[in-house]
Amino acid sequence: MTAVPVPGTPSGLPDASGHFGPYGGRFVPEALIAALDELTEAHATAQRDPAFLAELDRLLATYAGRPTPLTDARRLSEHAGGARILLKREDLAHTGSHKINNVLGQALLTQKMGKRRVIAETGAGQHGVATATAAALFGFDCTVYMGEEDTRRQALNVARMRLLGAEVIPVRTGTRTLKDATNEAFRDWVANVESTHYCIGSVVGPHPFPAMVRDFQRIIGVEARQQCLDLVGRLPDAVVACVGGGSNAMGAFHAFIPDASVALVGCEAGGDGVETGRHAAPLTAGSPGVLHGARSYLMQDDDGQTQDTTSISAGLDYPGVGPEHSWLRDSGRATYTGIADGWAMQALEKLAKSEGILCAIETAHAFAGACDWGRAQVQAGRSAEDLVIIINTSGRGDKDVDTAARWFGLVTAEDVAEAELVRAREGEQP
Amino acid sequence: MTALSDMFARTRAEGRAALIGYLPVGYPSYDESVAAMLAMVAAGVDAVEVGVPYTDPGMDGPVIQVAVDAALRAGSRVAHVFDAVRTVSPHAPVVVMGYWNPVEKYGPARWAADLQAAGGSGMITPDLIPEEAQPWIAAAGERDLDPVFLVAPSSTDERLEAVARVNRGMVYVASTMGVTGTRATVGNRAQELVERMRTVTDLPLAVGLGVSDGAQAAEVAAFADGVIVGSALVRALGDGGVEAVRALAADLADGVRRT
Repeated sequence: MTAVPVPGTPSGLPDASGHFGPYGGRFVPEALIAALDELTEAHATAQRDPAFLAELDRLLATYAGRPTPLTDARRLSEHAGGARILLKREDLAHTGSHKINNVLGQALLTQKMGKRRVIAETGAGQHGVATATAAALFGFDCTVYMGEEDTRRQALNVARMRLLGAEVIPVRTGTRTLKDATNEAFRDWVANVESTHYCIGSVVGPHPFPAMVRDFQRIIGVEARQQCLDLVGRLPDAVVACVGGGSNAMGAFHAFIPDASVALVGCEAGGDGVETGRHAAPLTAGSPGVLHGARSYLMQDDDGQTQDTTSISAGLDYPGVGPEHSWLRDSGRATYTGIADGWAMQALEKLAKSEGILCAIETAHAFAGACDWGRAQVQAGRSAEDLVIIINTSGRGDKDVDTAARWFGLVTAEDVAEAELVRAREGEQP
Repeated sequence: MTALSDMFARTRAEGRAALIGYLPVGYPSYDESVAAMLAMVAAGVDAVEVGVPYTDPGMDGPVIQVAVDAALRAGSRVAHVFDAVRTVSPHAPVVVMGYWNPVEKYGPARWAADLQAAGGSGMITPDLIPEEAQPWIAAAGERDLDPVFLVAPSSTDERLEAVARVNRGMVYVASTMGVTGTRATVGNRAQELVERMRTVTDLPLAVGLGVSDGAQAAEVAAFADGVIVGSALVRALGDGGVEAVRALAADLADGVRRT
């Protein structure tokens, strides 16, 4: 293996073979190793190539809309014990989430490697939309795998991907969610690896993906750190982010890892409540194992079979998590907590009504977790006026309006029936 | 020497390739899966690859995905794998085929001990590469089990050598870039890869992925030491039960004996 350590990372990890302590590595069919070596090499070279970095910076600025702002959320602070809340606005990036940061980086690498086709897995559809967008921009063929269950709950994003020219393949095996979409994308990649790049959407998968996706996402924390220094004159007390696979959290956390005074808080999907066992919170309630090419915390039974997950959020409904998060968890540098569906939805509503920002349901988990963290600090005796919390606002909530409307009862059964009747009548017209 | 190595010594002496048949434990039921394994041995399969059902079989195509999914839903557990090995191994050499996480969860040393006690010869690990396999290689070595790795058409010469250094019993040569499943042709990349692998090892080379009938088995048997058949047998079991497995195994066994 010609694995090369990624330069300039504050933690110095992963090591040359792609491990974060006991986590990470490569647990994949031999057929993929040549492509993973090629990608590792291409990424390491690109990170040292001023022309590549300049081109990526140009795309991030002129196409994705970076830097994203840091918004002072004054009205939200009462929900967090009075702490000052700063929102890192990844929801304002092109395509509506942080996913574009990673995808533009991988698209440039794809071009460098001379490949013309990209494939992706997607849960909520945010990464699928970002990949379809980059494929359109670069002129690549694009296939997105999405669990059938998710194509139903995120139908709007399916339409967006198709509008952008991507082929969306509903996956009907297993649990029909993100886990199975990822399996199907790996199978496609094994068969087509010589012409195709697998654009993984999170800090998961075999080396070099966890490190590479982190490197493309760490701009979130790099910007937020400076913006906070400029605005507040000091570092924040906490950085809070939601964690499914963990790319927005890793991106937000990474620049702060050397800053020991900054708490790093990851919010997993607590589903019906972590204590019920029906959740998607491997770092909170799982155990180490191997899934999708890497060793990390995961939800598994006594036989090592992957367990079904439960979450209102398609993007967090995943039994695994990135290996670097497992490392941060064990080392104590970051803490992780499970946020139940109901608490996340309350936070979504609070944010919408107090700041006029409708965030993705994934992101709402981070708001709930930040409120918990702020209140706990105040209860522990810290002065609320002295607390500054950055919440990574990873995505916007347009795609979730339907789910939220049903959750809050904003549309009645009669509204839905009437809308379907109108649609049916329109369909009858010649 | 494991029973698997003895078997290859015998088939080499007979001047033919060995036939290795795969079926997953618990599909469509535990009893039928074991009956089908014994039936294919009676029909001329030289060694049995006992599949460990796993929720995320990334190296498998649709036929095996559906079968292992059904096996898991019907309650197939890891303990059943050792039961199946114990029942089949008196009749033919058995290698287990399994993804890594169930072994890691069970504990590699305990897995190796139980596999040896059940009469197994070794294990094929489709998602374990030599770099990550040290705990398994050590555990298998303790118990005289063969750790079997995969090589693929994309493997560099350096990687073929790395596999040759740690692999025992037989090498699994993936005929094409892709997942398991039947294919109209096996293609000439398999032969090229077998020839490249021969320059770095004397181990028996068994070709898998895509073989579905006697004619294809004969084609592969002309240049390989072993022919591995999986999806076609699983499909036969699903469509026609144990009798269909017996008939297909007989056709395949005839294929590896053609000269």
